[in-house]
Amino acid sequence: MFPIVKKRALNDSMTLMVVQAPFIAKKAQAGQFIILRVNEFGERIPLTIADYDRENGTVTIIFQKVGKTTMLLDTLNEGDEILDFIGPLGKASELEGYKKAAVIGGGAGCAIAYPQAKALKALGAQVDMIAGFRNTDLIILEDEMKDASNQLFVMTDDGSNGNKGFVTDALRKNIENGAGYDLVVAIGPLPMMKAVCALTKEYGIKTIISMNSIMIDGTGMCGGCRLTVGGKTKFACVDGPDFDGHEVDFDEAIRRSRTYMEQERESAREYNCHLMEGAKNA
Amino acid sequence: MPNMTLKKTPIPEQDPNVRNKNFEEVALGYDEVMAIGEAERCLNCKTRPCVAGCPVMIPIPDFIAHVAKGEFEEAYQVISQASSLPAVCGRVCPQETQCESKCVRGIKGEPVGIGRLERFVADWHMKHSTAKPTKAAPNGHKVAVIGAGPASLTCAGDLANLGYDVTMYEALHTAGGVLMYGIPQFRLPKEIVQKEIQGLKDKGVTILTDMVIGKVLTVDELFDMGFEAIFIGSGAGLPNFMNIPGEGLVGTYSANEFLTRVNLMKAYKPEYDTPIIHPKNVAVVGGGNVAMDAARTAKRLGAENVYIVYRRSEEEMPARNEEIHHAKEEGIIFKLLNNPVAIHGDENGKVTSIECMEMELGEPDASGRRRPVEKAGSNFSLPVDCVIIAIGNSPNPLIHSNTPGLDTNRKGCILVDEDSMATTRPGVFAAGDAVSGAATVILAMGGGKKAAKSIHEYIQNKK
Repeated sequence: MFPIVKKRALNDSMTLMVVQAPFIAKKAQAGQFIILRVNEFGERIPLTIADYDRENGTVTIIFQKVGKTTMLLDTLNEGDEILDFIGPLGKASELEGYKKAAVIGGGAGCAIAYPQAKALKALGAQVDMIAGFRNTDLIILEDEMKDASNQLFVMTDDGSNGNKGFVTDALRKNIENGAGYDLVVAIGPLPMMKAVCALTKEYGIKTIISMNSIMIDGTGMCGGCRLTVGGKTKFACVDGPDFDGHEVDFDEAIRRSRTYMEQERESAREYNCHLMEGAKNA
Repeated sequence: MPNMTLKKTPIPEQDPNVRNKNFEEVALGYDEVMAIGEAERCLNCKTRPCVAGCPVMIPIPDFIAHVAKGEFEEAYQVISQASSLPAVCGRVCPQETQCESKCVRGIKGEPVGIGRLERFVADWHMKHSTAKPTKAAPNGHKVAVIGAGPASLTCAGDLANLGYDVTMYEALHTAGGVLMYGIPQFRLPKEIVQKEIQGLKDKGVTILTDMVIGKVLTVDELFDMGFEAIFIGSGAGLPNFMNIPGEGLVGTYSANEFLTRVNLMKAYKPEYDTPIIHPKNVAVVGGGNVAMDAARTAKRLGAENVYIVYRRSEEEMPARNEEIHHAKEEGIIFKLLNNPVAIHGDENGKVTSIECMEMELGEPDASGRRRPVEKAGSNFSLPVDCVIIAIGNSPNPLIHSNTPGLDTNRKGCILVDEDSMATTRPGVFAAGDAVSGAATVILAMGGGKKAAKSIHEYIQNKK
């Protein structure tokens, strides 16, 4: 059992949790992930490690309430325990040897993009961070992102923060203005990563993306997280989660990510109905 | 007087058309009368060829003699000296190619139903015995066991019997390995696996789940923690694919994923959150036991047509005869001498069909089986909404890639001395699928047993 030592709502749909997991905290590196299971009947879901504290033996996760499992996870509070918490899984990000990087986060992806920015900065790179959200109310971790980068650009789809546009708009502008990036790191929804990769390919800038595929064991057994990279079958759990974005077959990955969309929706709907009934009966 | 009936006492089974809609066990097991009757078929011959056919060398005629006398607990004690998992082996061992293939009664008629008797004895013990296994006196030595599947459970059990302080590290949230995630409930009830594992815990074995060795701890760190020897039984790894077009389509599963969702994650029970596709028409590619398990599982999830697509003929199928027979009884359709060449999908990327070519058998290949050759222009499509690929696994890379001095072969299997199961790294032993590539439960157990003996010798000699 893995106790939750801290919980913080980042906005209406996103939560940060600091979890006591000393063995994992000792080994975790930027880019790796954990798999958790909330209860005996629950799914195993992968979440990228947002931060870790080796001394205190904690691992930080940030999740968006998108389905039943994340909603259930969000019902746990400080002092409660997560049934299973497994990691650190996947390969660590390889961020050494770059001079100037753009780190791009989309929505919940910012939670894992900013530690990448922090790591790059610590390795001596100049770092621009570009964060995209649907609207200003959804902006998270602004201070953290500011600290992790040399320059921060926060974009909103609807312009409600005064900066209308997609992350790709900001990225293109910076490149055109001579930012001179030798690396782009993009973490967020698959369509966003696909768009970023299409853009950086035009300019020939190396781009690393992080896959958050459907998986069960996360140790290279089930094969559920497979994707096509450079025409070859790769497994996000052991070969990734980071991949060269220019080689990834995003269309296939997007289709595969929707495998259980209907069941997930139904499951979330049932869970919410159940909650409503509970509330009525209370 | 021995019972000279030529045929084995039949084992009661659920009706095929009932059982292919539920996940209850197929074979119901002998009752006491049936068991005694079958035990009386054993001639208790002097040469005991059956024992040599058993990878863990159970003194088979001895336990059967007890069964014949109605001494079921005594029979259990005989088996449990040699095997840590009798209830499992009685169900999933390929007895027909092992102990039973050597039985003298098999020369004229059917061999003694050794597997059925083993299962009966183990089940009888679970049902009737309240005695907890006795803990051996501690010998003060610590051994780490990586993985908690059949090889590891056997190794841990034997070491615990010798007084070792054994800690098992399991990557998943439940111990049991392939017995939990791979073999279906209807062939091996998970409750039985957990009872066998409880038996190990009662012997003093510590099992730590959620621990991925190679990631959270390395083999070197385990040595630093005071373990004097380490056993690796990390099992099969990445599923193999055919590298044909369409394997990334929605509705294409590896057998590992499909079976894990159903067995370990219990997708067939409504109270579990695990999602799974409930297909109407399914093609399972492969001819081994895993392919049979996947096909029979798909049928139980409600599929109307389930096909086994195999590129050779039935004779070359690696699956046990019993599994093939059960699959046919349950309505699985065998498409033999058919080789998949592509999987096709619709505009949403969902599987709509599998394209195959007809094959014919040519000259024998390296495996001694006749090589299947494509018949030109014989392509045809089978309309399916799900394809399950069951063509084997490659060993898991997590441990050997993080352990200096641990050599592997070209395929990534850990290299061992076959007599001692010692790896190229001193103090590290290995067995099971991590060494052999995908094989059987009992072979893994045989390897685990050899390794336990070698670990004991290694630690005793170190002193």
